[in-house]
Amino acid sequence: MVSVDPRTDAAARRRARRRKKAAARCAPPRKRRESAYPAKRRRKLRKQACVRRIKPRRSRKPELQPIPPPPGAPAGFSLSSPIAVYPGPFGVRQAERLLWRAGFGPSPGHAQALAAMGLHRAVAALTRPSGAPTLTGLPPTDGDGNPLAPEDAWGHDHLWWLDRMVRTDQPLVERMTLVWHDWFSTSNDGVGQQSLMLQQNELFRRSAFGSFDQLTHDVTQDPAMIVWLNLNENSRWNPNENYARELMELFTLGADRGAYSEQDVRQLARALTGFDFEWSDELGMYDFRYVPGRHDDGNKTIFGKTGAWTWEQGVGMCVRHPLHPSFFVNKLWSYFIPTPPSGSDRQALEALYVSSGYQVRPVLEAILLHPVLHTGPRMVKPPVVLLAGLLRQLQASIDGEYWIWYSENAGQRLFYPPDVSGWDDSRWLDTSTIRGRFELVSRALADRALDGPAVDDYDETETPEAGVAAARAWAGDPNLTSETVALLTAFAADALAGAGGWQLSTYRGLRQNALRHLVLASPDYQTS
Amino acid sequence: MANCGCNDYSRTQLLRRAAAEAGRGLPAIEPGMPLPAGTGLTRRSFVSRATGLALSVYGAASLGPKAFEQGIAAAAAQAPANDRILVSVFLSGGADALTLLAPTSAHPQYATWRPSLALPAGQGTPLAEDPSLRWHPSLAGLAELYGEGKVSVMPAIGYADANQSHFTSRHFWEVGETNPFGRWGWLGRYLDHHGAPDNPLQGLALGWDLQPVLAAQSVPVATVAEPDNYDFWTPGVWGTVQDKMLDAFGDLGEAATSDVGLAQARSAVAATGRLRDQLAPFQDGFTTPAGVTYPTGGFADRLRALAAMLDGGLPLKVVAIETGGYDTHSNQLDSLPGDLLEIGDSLRAFQRDLEARTLQDRVLVHVWSEFGRRPEENGSGTDHGAAGTGFLIGSQAKGELVGGFPGLAVLDEDDNLRNTSDFRGVYCSLLEQWLQVDAAPIIPNASSFARPALVA
Repeated sequence: MVSVDPRTDAAARRRARRRKKAAARCAPPRKRRESAYPAKRRRKLRKQACVRRIKPRRSRKPELQPIPPPPGAPAGFSLSSPIAVYPGPFGVRQAERLLWRAGFGPSPGHAQALAAMGLHRAVAALTRPSGAPTLTGLPPTDGDGNPLAPEDAWGHDHLWWLDRMVRTDQPLVERMTLVWHDWFSTSNDGVGQQSLMLQQNELFRRSAFGSFDQLTHDVTQDPAMIVWLNLNENSRWNPNENYARELMELFTLGADRGAYSEQDVRQLARALTGFDFEWSDELGMYDFRYVPGRHDDGNKTIFGKTGAWTWEQGVGMCVRHPLHPSFFVNKLWSYFIPTPPSGSDRQALEALYVSSGYQVRPVLEAILLHPVLHTGPRMVKPPVVLLAGLLRQLQASIDGEYWIWYSENAGQRLFYPPDVSGWDDSRWLDTSTIRGRFELVSRALADRALDGPAVDDYDETETPEAGVAAARAWAGDPNLTSETVALLTAFAADALAGAGGWQLSTYRGLRQNALRHLVLASPDYQTS
Repeated sequence: MANCGCNDYSRTQLLRRAAAEAGRGLPAIEPGMPLPAGTGLTRRSFVSRATGLALSVYGAASLGPKAFEQGIAAAAAQAPANDRILVSVFLSGGADALTLLAPTSAHPQYATWRPSLALPAGQGTPLAEDPSLRWHPSLAGLAELYGEGKVSVMPAIGYADANQSHFTSRHFWEVGETNPFGRWGWLGRYLDHHGAPDNPLQGLALGWDLQPVLAAQSVPVATVAEPDNYDFWTPGVWGTVQDKMLDAFGDLGEAATSDVGLAQARSAVAATGRLRDQLAPFQDGFTTPAGVTYPTGGFADRLRALAAMLDGGLPLKVVAIETGGYDTHSNQLDSLPGDLLEIGDSLRAFQRDLEARTLQDRVLVHVWSEFGRRPEENGSGTDHGAAGTGFLIGSQAKGELVGGFPGLAVLDEDDNLRNTSDFRGVYCSLLEQWLQVDAAPIIPNASSFARPALVA
């Protein structure tokens, strides 16, 4: 395996593949020039074809993925936290933010249901689900009505997981799976076998709230990770430092903190020698295992301690390193709250983490209860979170492959993080991905926009204010700022300027489509 | 940024937090900034008119109703006095210096360190200035330009105590100092000092992600993957309602806010609206001069688009492109030659394209990687090293070796190649000799670095 760092090359290859796939399908067009039509004209044709091809929506009863209240939690139930707990009212807006930060936003009615539980029971409903998750609604298909083949078909891995995010009644389990996917970032670009990626995904899912110590050990012998960071090539004869370095730098300790030296990287690599696998034409990579004969059983000096360290001991030394708990707390916190914890909060959470035996759940619950989550600045939604939330809100099922490249254009393809440091949460938004986010909404609205008589016979007396209110209600009343509402209202007035005759109805119909789109593409909706 | 209390942040986390704060520095429209002048033109009709003016952006002082459009015109109008473009090409992953420029038997340790990876004797064009090095055959495109005196070679560029983390080392190169807590790219800082408050095209990342090297604190920059495909699909909306809707979308980004997360989203939306206007003239595709042939691939496509945009008069100043695949821990011989062929051929085609358009004296391309790789191979690949290879390409490049090759007889304390030039010195030279500005406010401790002569 070539371990590629990847950013553009990988992206270029992915896009080449996508183009191939896209050519035969209803996709956002990328390749031009082969066509006799100018690009723009062809795009338009394709989009029309796209809209036409979609079957009229069956009217279905709205389906909810109700989040069950935590088992055995009576009214007045309370979680404990060593740091401050949000003391204010827990209403629909607070529940909406909690659902976006610790899940994928509300399905219709969910924010109200969570608000009725109160803060503690609402958090526990997310962090303490009971039993297996229930997926509600239509199962995903590939666009031709076939079930997905996530282990084999290109892109179906992405659709398979996106579907779980949309239909689960345990959203925080999926969100934590996404956190670990980013934390122990592994890309199928370097692994090349979707079945291994899905196996790793199951590891992350069952480790959602458990022991980080156990998770780090499990990840070290996870087949996808072994391939991704060349652990199989790390042998007593030819040590390969790739995994050892990232285990310390990105997974447990952090760079530039004085936690380890270059010497530690090389010595830890020796402790981690011994993994191997087999390959066959039929099975691909298989039989991942530890081979004692490949292990360097000599003495190594890691963090100043000398011994014939095994791989388990090497991993354990990283997790037990005095600088690990602070790394863990800061990193976990950063997935949920955009401003860092105060020194005293961080120390209290470090103590909780260590005394709990490196358990994730207690730290997570304290973070979700913290006042800053509920009252602090907004946080940019990762693209896949935005998309899953959009689909939850619209009660849409996954009915085609198009979401693969739409997601990619918005900046996030599951199972293909840009490199071993994961997605860069500080750089989700730029002029390329904003367009991608805008077009997520375009695609979702393509088969939902008002059309025909619904446009032509639209209420010709609707005021700008009423138009904006109708669009907000249709979109699930997301939390918009007053500035945005004012700008939408100004647009709604301007859109009708100079209109007369038939335009009075039709333009109001178009305006309603435009307002729904703008609500869901607004800067406000990009954040929670 | 204070670095004591925040020491507990890994680089990713630092960036995550910088995120929140970056919004503050991005181009929120200040209260009092002029609103669109009431010319009665919608943005769309302005755009369609601009299509006819596609090649005359320079002089079109009355470009349009928006303050930023006037800003672009102003930026473009200055161009004759200050029209030099710097293109930063980042080979991400750590390109192997000893492959790009392979040592000959004059460096006997080469065969020892590279029993399976060494370039066989007799292959590759010798480097005229140091015949103990050979251009890898896949870089024939660069060797050709070098023969014409259009390439300055930096055979061992880096910095003291090289950091061997991809993320930390590229960060140092990106921010222009060895400070893990730096928050702005060195080219972003250049724009903060010398850019315009309203022209996102002045710092353009060609690709799917913003290049950190361009991250600016107080002025807008842009990223675009396919400059000739930047339209917006609005199902169920057409005609003047659509025009006004797309204008309104950009306007949603222009309200000020004290919420840093929301500010970040708004500034990105505002920049998107502006870029949509700027790229409108190119939505029907680019043309490439007869006789110029680019290889296939995303990297070549972007250079091709860049030449056309420069020719079209768009007010670009600094441009960043990243191309990856250089983290060759294993099976290096399977992937590296192909990747080198792609960049060598693409960069040659770009130079020929510029020459055909007579733009060659306006553009310099700086090629860099976060580090070179370790001289001693690990079996089928190479691990992270220290000093690496850089190039400066263009008709105005001095074409003179920057720092010599340090040899393999003596390595640094981590058994890596020693550096003979410092990337910060090269940045200072690029700023002073090419962009013709003072490096001191842009590169920390600028006075401490020797300036190689880079410009003819």
